[in-house]
Amino acid sequence: MNVTARQRVGWGAANVVVVLIAAIPVLWLVSLSFKDPTTLTDGSFYPHKWTTANYRGIFNQPLFTHALINSIGIALISTILGVVLGAMAAYAIARLDFPGKRLLVASALLIAMFPAISLVNPMFNLWRTLGIFDTWIGLIIPYMTFSLPLSIYTLSAFFREIPWELERAAALDGATPLQAFRRVIVPLAAPGVFTTAILVFLYCWNDFVFAISLTSTNNARTVPAAIAFFTGASQFQQPTGSIAAAAVVITVPVIVVVMLFQRRIVAGLTAGAVKG
Amino acid sequence: MAEIVLDHVTKRFPDGALAVNDVNLTIADGEFVILVGPSGCGKSTTLNMIAGLEDISEGQLRIGGDVANEKSPRDRDIGMVFQSYALYPHMTVRENMAFALRLAKEDDEKIKERVDWAADILDLKQHLDRKPGQLSGGQRQRVAMGRVIVRTPNAFLMDEPLSNLDAKLRVQMRTEVSRLQKRLGTTTVYVTHDQVEAMTLGDRVAVMRAGQIQQVDSPEVLYEHPTNLFVAGFIGSPAMNFLPAKAKDGTLQTPLGELRLPAGRGRGLGGGERDVIIGIRPEHFEDASLVGADKRDRGATVKAKIDLLESLGSDKFAYFTVQSERATAEHLQELAADAGTGDLGAGEEGVQVTARLDAASKAAEDQELEIWLDLEKVHVFDPESGENLTLADGEPQAE
Repeated sequence: MNVTARQRVGWGAANVVVVLIAAIPVLWLVSLSFKDPTTLTDGSFYPHKWTTANYRGIFNQPLFTHALINSIGIALISTILGVVLGAMAAYAIARLDFPGKRLLVASALLIAMFPAISLVNPMFNLWRTLGIFDTWIGLIIPYMTFSLPLSIYTLSAFFREIPWELERAAALDGATPLQAFRRVIVPLAAPGVFTTAILVFLYCWNDFVFAISLTSTNNARTVPAAIAFFTGASQFQQPTGSIAAAAVVITVPVIVVVMLFQRRIVAGLTAGAVKG
Repeated sequence: MAEIVLDHVTKRFPDGALAVNDVNLTIADGEFVILVGPSGCGKSTTLNMIAGLEDISEGQLRIGGDVANEKSPRDRDIGMVFQSYALYPHMTVRENMAFALRLAKEDDEKIKERVDWAADILDLKQHLDRKPGQLSGGQRQRVAMGRVIVRTPNAFLMDEPLSNLDAKLRVQMRTEVSRLQKRLGTTTVYVTHDQVEAMTLGDRVAVMRAGQIQQVDSPEVLYEHPTNLFVAGFIGSPAMNFLPAKAKDGTLQTPLGELRLPAGRGRGLGGGERDVIIGIRPEHFEDASLVGADKRDRGATVKAKIDLLESLGSDKFAYFTVQSERATAEHLQELAADAGTGDLGAGEEGVQVTARLDAASKAAEDQELEIWLDLEKVHVFDPESGENLTLADGEPQAE
C-alpha cells in the first residue's frame, strides 16, 4: 500500500488522539496518587508537591492489605481453576465428537451473556444459607462460572489451530496420550493458555458486583470493593489520594504483565508445523 | 521390519459409510507397496488402520505375524510420514528426529548417532538446529522422512508425502524415496492418488476403488493386463482410449471400423453378439507408413483426420475424432468424475482418440492419416461389470 504524507499525518494524529483518550485517565490517577492532600484540588496535571504518603497510608490500613491478599488469592485460584477446567473442556470440544457438543457450547455462551447483577440477590440469600457468604469460596464460585465460558471459547479456538496430525505423529512416535499432550500440545497451546489466563485473571481481579455484594468484612473483601470503604484521614477529608494510590497499585502490575507477554500472546507458535 | 497382512479388513464409519470393504493384501517383508486410487477410495483409511489411527471394524491386521487390531499406534512400531509432514514446530530438526528415540528412553549417545546418521542420508546436517518454520517445503519433507528412519521401525507408512511439493521437487523426491527404501529395505506402504508416482515407485501397486482393491500387481502387469475398465482407465498417461463396440464371433464392430481379433484372442467374448467397450492405449496406434510388413498383419488400419498434433520431440501425440457415442460405464464415470471431466457432455462431434506416434511420423494437423492399430493389444471390456474380457487371452506376443 502506498502511504502518502497526508495519510501518514492523518493516521498519526488519529493514533495520538486514541492513545491520549486511553492514557490520560490512567496518568491522572497516577498523578493524583502522588499529590500531597493539600494540593489535590489545584487542578494541575503534575503534582507540585510530591508525596508517597498515600501509598504508605493504604499499606498501613488492614482494610487495604487484607483486600489485596484476598484479591490476589481469589483471582489466582479462580484463574487456575477456570483455565484448567476450561482447557479440559476446550480440548474435548476441539478434538472429540460427542452428543450434545453444540448444546454445551451454546449453553456456555448463554452463561457468558447472563447479566451478573441479576444473580446477586438470589446468590446473597443462597450463600448466607449455605454459610459461604463472605468467604473466598463464595467469590471463587461465581468467578469461575462466569470465566469458564470465556476460557472454553478462547482455548478451544487455540486447540483447533493445532493440527490433529501432530498428536497422531506423536502417537506413532511412541508417545502415550499424556506424553503427547504434555510434550506437544501444551507447548504449542502455551500462548493460548497464557492469553486465556490473563483474560480470566483480569475479569476476576476487576470484578466489583460480586465483590461488593457477597462480602461484608475483611475476610473476603477484594480491593475493588475495599476501595469503596476508604475514608479520609479525618471525616472532613476526601480519601481521593488513597483511592488513587490503591487503584494504581492494583492496575500497574496487570499492565506490566500484559505488556511483557503481549508478543508471546500475539505470536502464533504453530508456524511451520504443517505446510503453510 | 515385518510382513503386513490385511485379512478381510473392513472399515465402517459410525454413520454407516463403508470406507474400506473386505480388503485382502499381503505386504511382504521389505516390499514397497503403493495404494493408489481417486480421492475417497479408502486408501488413506486403509493406511490409518495399519497405523492404528483408525479402528478396524471387521477383519484382521497382522504385523510381523502378530494380530495388531487392538494394539495402540505406539505399540505397533511403525513410522509414518504425513501429507502435512506434522513436524513439531516448537522443536528443532534434531529434536524432531530424536523425539521417538527419547520417548523410547535411548541413551543420548545412541540418539545423537542415529540422528546424525539420518541427517547424513537426507542431507539435513546443516539444518539440525533450525526450527521447521525456517525450512523450505522440500526440507520439511526430508525432516518428516528423517523422523521415521531414525528408529528402524517395522514399516514405513507414507500418506501422499510428496503432494505438497511443487512438480520439479516432487520428481526429485520421488527418486529419493525410492532410493531410501531400497537402501533400508524396510516394508513400505505408500498412499498416493498420482498414478505416475504409483507406477514409478512401487514393487507392487494396489488400485483401489470405492473401498475395494481392484487389482494388485506389478506396475507392468497393471498396465498390460488391467482386470477391469477402472484400472485400465486409471493407470497410464495419457489415458487409454475407450470406444463402444459390438462383438460377435471374434469380430468387433467399432467406430474405427470392423476389427478382427487375432487368432487366439477374444475367447472370453463368447459366441453371441454383445455390447462391449474396447480400450486402446495411445502407444498401440502408429503411423501406418512406419509399420513394417511383419507387424502390419496383426493390426488394422484406419483413416482419420488429425485434429491436433503435439510434438514432444521423442514422440508425437495425434488427436483425432471418431463418429461415435461416448463409451458409458460406471467405472468410466467414476474416473471422469475424479479427473474433473465428469460434467463434460459427450462431444456432439464424436469421441476424441489419442494416438502416440513415432517422432518420424509425417502426420500433420488437418491432414488425413492412415493409422495402424495393434490388435494384439486391444482390450475388450464388459460395459456392465467393467470386467476385462480379454484377460484370459494369455500373454500377448511381444513386439
